[in-house]
Amino acid sequence: MKALAGVALLMGLAGPLAAQDSAGVRLGITYSAGTRPGLIILPGPGLDSVRAILQRDLDYSDRFEVVALPASEVPRGGGGSINYRLYRTLGASYGVEVTGAGASLLVRLHDLDAGSVRKEQRATLPPADSPEFRMAVHQLADEVVRWITGLPGIAATRFLYLVDKQLWRIDSDGANAVAMTRPNEALSPAWSPDGNRVAFTHWLNDGTGPLVIQGLQGGNRTTVAGTGSALNITPSFSPDGQWLAFARVDEGGTDIFKVNLAAGSAPQRLTAGRFADNLSPTYSPDGRRIAFVSTRAGAPQVYVMSADGTDQELLAPFDYGVTGSSNGPEWSPDGASLAFHRDVSRAPQVFVLDVNSRRVRQLSSSGRNEDPTWAPDGRHIAFVSDRSGRRQLWVIDMDTGRIRQLRTPGAVRLPSWSRRIGTAAP
Amino acid sequence: MRLSLGFLMLVTAVATAAACGGKPPAEQPTPVAADTTGDGARARARQDSIDAANRARAEADRLAREAADRAAADRAAAAARAGLTSDLASVIHFDFDKSDIMSGDMANLDRKAAILNANSNVQVRISGHADDRGSDEYNLALGNRRAAAAKRYLVSKGVADARIAIVSFGEERPVAMGADEASWAQNRRDEFEIVSGGDNLVAPR
Repeated sequence: MKALAGVALLMGLAGPLAAQDSAGVRLGITYSAGTRPGLIILPGPGLDSVRAILQRDLDYSDRFEVVALPASEVPRGGGGSINYRLYRTLGASYGVEVTGAGASLLVRLHDLDAGSVRKEQRATLPPADSPEFRMAVHQLADEVVRWITGLPGIAATRFLYLVDKQLWRIDSDGANAVAMTRPNEALSPAWSPDGNRVAFTHWLNDGTGPLVIQGLQGGNRTTVAGTGSALNITPSFSPDGQWLAFARVDEGGTDIFKVNLAAGSAPQRLTAGRFADNLSPTYSPDGRRIAFVSTRAGAPQVYVMSADGTDQELLAPFDYGVTGSSNGPEWSPDGASLAFHRDVSRAPQVFVLDVNSRRVRQLSSSGRNEDPTWAPDGRHIAFVSDRSGRRQLWVIDMDTGRIRQLRTPGAVRLPSWSRRIGTAAP
Repeated sequence: MRLSLGFLMLVTAVATAAACGGKPPAEQPTPVAADTTGDGARARARQDSIDAANRARAEADRLAREAADRAAADRAAAAARAGLTSDLASVIHFDFDKSDIMSGDMANLDRKAAILNANSNVQVRISGHADDRGSDEYNLALGNRRAAAAKRYLVSKGVADARIAIVSFGEERPVAMGADEASWAQNRRDEFEIVSGGDNLVAPR
């Protein structure tokens, strides 16, 4: 962890780090060998799908150098003692052993350097053909990350995204894509903090659209109080799930409101820009502030206010008449940063603002890159990029610069990354 | 001599009769009364049917002429109405990320204002649109601002505020699908839709 924190300091560098986002290649700019311990999934009888999911999850956590075991080195038989020396030779510091029968698992973390078991946990998995099976394995993977680094991983998470205004959700590893609406029906999706509900604009295709909240299976769709007329977009839940901030587009312009979801009372107006548009609110994780986009200085830029609408001020600095439009802000889970996209030569690029220093740095430069959304670990960001030829979801690890694509059919837009789903298996 | 008296009396009687019942030649009875039967009557009937046919043809011609005139007038009126409708519905365009009315579109909006002012029962809806280069959600606000700009212009020309509704479709309804300036320019637009009262538009004086 200490080594990783050292790497994280590099994030403070101002200016674009263009080398960071070369597709699919690990670059040496911010990653140096040794900062990521080697990790190996130990071979064993059966449970191949569990090991495969764990191995990919631990790889995608970007906190380890996941070591593949050469086929020639696969030990014969099971039940013997762990050959620590062999795995150390392969460069691994940690070994993850999975054993068990039926749905009952034992996950063991071996410290290969010390030659001992560091942690272990028993878990009961849902049937392999149930939708919960993979998510349960993801939760185990996140737990292994926590054993080693002190912070859980991000495998047990989901994305929302739109294709042809149809809302989809998909697991963090790209599995289990589920359509949550019909096509041409949704805009502006957002997760509730518990990951059990989603809010989005119900696009009625007549210039109006209420905000609705629905469960993960698509049932129980309810209209948010006070959004039954006009066009209501860019919802954002408060961290406690009690409030929904959003923008209303109507005759009076575009302004930000918030509504108490439990009380069902009329929305409160937070901005009053007669000659400016205000939209895309995003709560700080402590719930006390809301960052948002405003055109009060001409081009859209990122501002901040107290959650009651007072103390409005510029948040992400810009050069008037020079800096491109800035949109799509999302506050990081640790509150220290804000991701957004900003036009550079008329193409949007992903930027991260350090909230305390007010310094921005550019994360992307290849193609159009927009609508960043944070992973719960605060170091991964997903965004939409057309670098592969059509709009797809990409995930970048800001510590290593490693980037990967989530392949989905269709042209993706407006993604939202959930917080961690549920809790680890008992 | 007796006979002669009688003859004389007869002659006298005849002469008297002739003098009393007869008329000057100019006052002879008309041939019609005399020709009610025979060859004269048949000629007369033929003439009658010719006259009737001529009259019917003339009447038909007159009706056809009137119908043609009416149709032409209808066509002209329909064309005029269609012209008014298309003037009302014609789109205006915007610069990238701008919602200012372009000077080239002001005559267009002036025409719309004149038509709306001459047809006070007409309600319209303006929808604002954007190209797909800006942010998806920001484009909804931008489209709304474009619709509002056209509305503000029309209201400044005397059209009642309540007669104009505005909506925004952002970049969700492109008319040109290309990724080039020509397509983008077409997509940055306001559309004008007659919501009600558009059936019998009258031209502004």
